[in-house]
Amino acid sequence: MISLNHFLVVGALLFTLGLVTVATRRNAVGVLMGVELILNGANVNFVAFNHYVTGGVTGQVFALFVIVLAAAEAAVGLAIVLSIFQTFKTIDVRHADLMRE
Amino acid sequence: MRSNTGKLVAWVAAAALVVAFVVYMTAQFIRPTAVPAQAGALTLPDLLFYAIAGVTVAGAAGVALSRNILYSALGLLSSLLGAGGLYVFLSADFVAVTQLLIYIGGVLVLVLFAVMLTSRITDVKVSNTSFGLFGGVLLFVAVAPILVAVALLTPWAAIVPAPLAPTTATIGNAFLTRWLLPFEVASMVLLATLVGAVVIARKEIKAD
Repeated sequence: MISLNHFLVVGALLFTLGLVTVATRRNAVGVLMGVELILNGANVNFVAFNHYVTGGVTGQVFALFVIVLAAAEAAVGLAIVLSIFQTFKTIDVRHADLMRE
Repeated sequence: MRSNTGKLVAWVAAAALVVAFVVYMTAQFIRPTAVPAQAGALTLPDLLFYAIAGVTVAGAAGVALSRNILYSALGLLSSLLGAGGLYVFLSADFVAVTQLLIYIGGVLVLVLFAVMLTSRITDVKVSNTSFGLFGGVLLFVAVAPILVAVALLTPWAAIVPAPLAPTTATIGNAFLTRWLLPFEVASMVLLATLVGAVVIARKEIKAD
């Protein structure tokens, strides 16, 4: 019997793997992939709680807003990555440090 | 040499501290609950759930661990597909289709375009080397047990889930009545994103 806990564990694993991706990647596109994974973990939790705890559609509506904002974040983030690539000729996040000095 | 040794000692000390903390916290959490897990019969939906959850988590692990950024993108694809399957399990059909259309049809294609436009495909080794596998494993060990323990040990006020029913009409009504303001704000955000992404990503043209 599948219960709420199964979905929460999957969400927690998605979140943790996304966190690891964001923390360890040097490639800016990889960092953005990690952010997508984190948002997906949160979304799984939203929809699971909506199904097993609250009922109704409120959690699903919130998940839809999260998806919309993730799409916006991906568009702006990848535009910034392209701009960084044009400036530095690389997308290694360690090399984008002009503001450090 | 000296600083290397010091760094190594600091890493080992931090790792030992984190592992001790995790073990201690897990012991604190696990001890009071002695609920025997009742193992029901393994039905076909259960097997399907485990298969989809496995695909999801394996894809996420591929994103986190793969050396080649293209394989990372493929892992992201399987992870997003699996999450969509989980939404079907949760009787959220509209969210599942939205996931398919927007994430896989939009975001993933955008990510693949960014990969093709930025990285030199031939030297994949350079394009996605992850640093600190040790640190990543440490982070995983530090975060995952706590999240899973909280998820499993909190007594959620679960209800009997509603039977499978189409949700699209309900979601549409909710968007146009209770969530009307966030809906309009989201459309403004998307418009601003559209303009902003074009402004950021285009080549600078000197206007003389």
